[in-house]
Amino acid sequence: MTTTAGGTRPQTEPVAPRWRHRPGLVLGGAGLALFAALLAGIWVGALPLPPGAVVVTLLDRLPGIHLSGGLGPTQEAVLLQLRMPRVVLASLVGAGLAISGASYQGVFRNPLADPYLLGAAAGAGLGATLVIAYSPVERVGPFGIVPLAAFVGALVGVGCALALGTAAGGSHSATLLLAGVAVAAFLAAGQTLVQQQNTDDLREVYGWLLGQLGRTQWSDVVLVLPYLVPACVVLLFCGRPLDVLAVGDDEATGLGVHPGRVRLLVILAASMATASAVAVSGLIGFVGLVVPHIARRFVGGSNARVLPVSLLIGGAFLVLADLVARVVLAPAELPIGVVTAFVGAPFFGGLLWFGARRR
Amino acid sequence: MSGGARVEVVGLSAAYGRTRVVESVRLTVEPGGWLAIIGPNGSGKSTLLRSILGFHPHGGQVRVDGVPTSGVPRRERARILAYAPQTPVLPEAVTTREYVTLGRTPHRPLLSAPRAVDRQVVADVMDRLGLGPLAERPLATLSGGEQQRAVLARALAQQPRVLLLDEPTAALDLGHAQQVLDLVDRLRRQDGLTVLSTLHDLTLAGQYADRLALLSEGRVVAEGRPADVLTPAALATHYGARAEVVAGPNGPTVMPVR
Repeated sequence: MTTTAGGTRPQTEPVAPRWRHRPGLVLGGAGLALFAALLAGIWVGALPLPPGAVVVTLLDRLPGIHLSGGLGPTQEAVLLQLRMPRVVLASLVGAGLAISGASYQGVFRNPLADPYLLGAAAGAGLGATLVIAYSPVERVGPFGIVPLAAFVGALVGVGCALALGTAAGGSHSATLLLAGVAVAAFLAAGQTLVQQQNTDDLREVYGWLLGQLGRTQWSDVVLVLPYLVPACVVLLFCGRPLDVLAVGDDEATGLGVHPGRVRLLVILAASMATASAVAVSGLIGFVGLVVPHIARRFVGGSNARVLPVSLLIGGAFLVLADLVARVVLAPAELPIGVVTAFVGAPFFGGLLWFGARRR
Repeated sequence: MSGGARVEVVGLSAAYGRTRVVESVRLTVEPGGWLAIIGPNGSGKSTLLRSILGFHPHGGQVRVDGVPTSGVPRRERARILAYAPQTPVLPEAVTTREYVTLGRTPHRPLLSAPRAVDRQVVADVMDRLGLGPLAERPLATLSGGEQQRAVLARALAQQPRVLLLDEPTAALDLGHAQQVLDLVDRLRRQDGLTVLSTLHDLTLAGQYADRLALLSEGRVVAEGRPADVLTPAALATHYGARAEVVAGPNGPTVMPVR
């Protein structure tokens, strides 16, 4: 059975798949997927942990519960100090990047938008490269200097793009996009210059650029939580206003909405989520671009449904990608940015292919 | 629905940069009336309509039932005035029902899901406009005429008192254009809605609207009943057109002459 592009479709054929009418079902499924991914991420690794004992150990740590038969001291250290923070951080970063990507796509009405569009990546890259090359200290208090510099750099990048875009053309999305392109190019040039002056640090810079969760500690989780969680909550509430914005600024105004305000709020929240994700994990590509499209395959184009589903799928996706990165060449690790594209691109290609055939 | 409102436009001026596009326009539309703004390309019809809605910065005043709209909050204004643009932006991968439901935005809390009353209003409007069978179809797969009806349905879901339509027939063939205008006329008569539209097709404007305002270079140069506004002299002066005007039972017909 083949259909040619542009072929007419009989009127009687159901156009939307049945699950589109059951967004609750999709949301529940995505939640289950995230939960399963978290469990798999904890169990599987270079040092396999017996699932039963892991559950016992975790329950044992809850207040008021005392169980025996948990893990030995080494395994317990691996579980609590290495694997848990890593899996938790992967889910947070994946969720944050995915919902930011979905929000950017909604706000710019552009399916190719991703969280790094407005200079967040270039700003974070310059910040990280600067401190890797020049900083005399490695830590500020409990936090590494690289995450802090990347966080500040990402916010500065987006801030410059917003300032330039607003000064140049109000809140029109095309002007803002172009401002983002200009700022990103400028910051990326700065980063290249610093790298070229400090070739000894190239390896470390590239390690950071490709994304890494290998050295995750609980302090990283603590660093992102206060920024990432409120940003994601704000974005979850912005789904319906974004749906109104999708009909264009004039009509959104005619429906009683302030397009400029909604756009600014969404961009600020999404940039905050992106900056905190980038700070602790480097530049992990693909998640923010493609996970929203996967979500749309299941729930249609309404942002009110795409945003929460993206959040859950993004978390699950990055936990699984990180699992692959740890396991494939164990004990060596692949950069997670490589894995997300390597696993994600064929997966998404298949989704496009089967989606087209089902039609 | 609470019936149509009286719309008064007083001394309205608007500009793009330093170019003045609309100059001291004064118009009145009675409750339940249909005023069509006609005029040659670039005469400022769309800008005038967008200024009346408050989308475009302007001088002068717009009053609805005597109340200046400039002081009315945006959400409240959206419950009184509903707008259907010339080229609507149709969001991707959204069903017709979801699109029409957006019209409920000014009536429901912005962050919450549509309530039962919203779903009921949407279902009623879609039934009236014959969109029921298309409810679950993606908007992008509808034909031009069906999309225009969906846009109209979205505007009606706002339960407005005034309907502002920018070239509602621009993308439609003659049959579909007549269907849409018949529909607007029926809604106007049944609900007493006030209609303010731009229309570039003079014959359709003459047949459907009960008053016409001829805009030329941003100024209203003639206003009144269609038969009084559509004269060969006016068409020659403002359109540079050679045309005959034939009187008919439902209004004048404009015939181009070679």
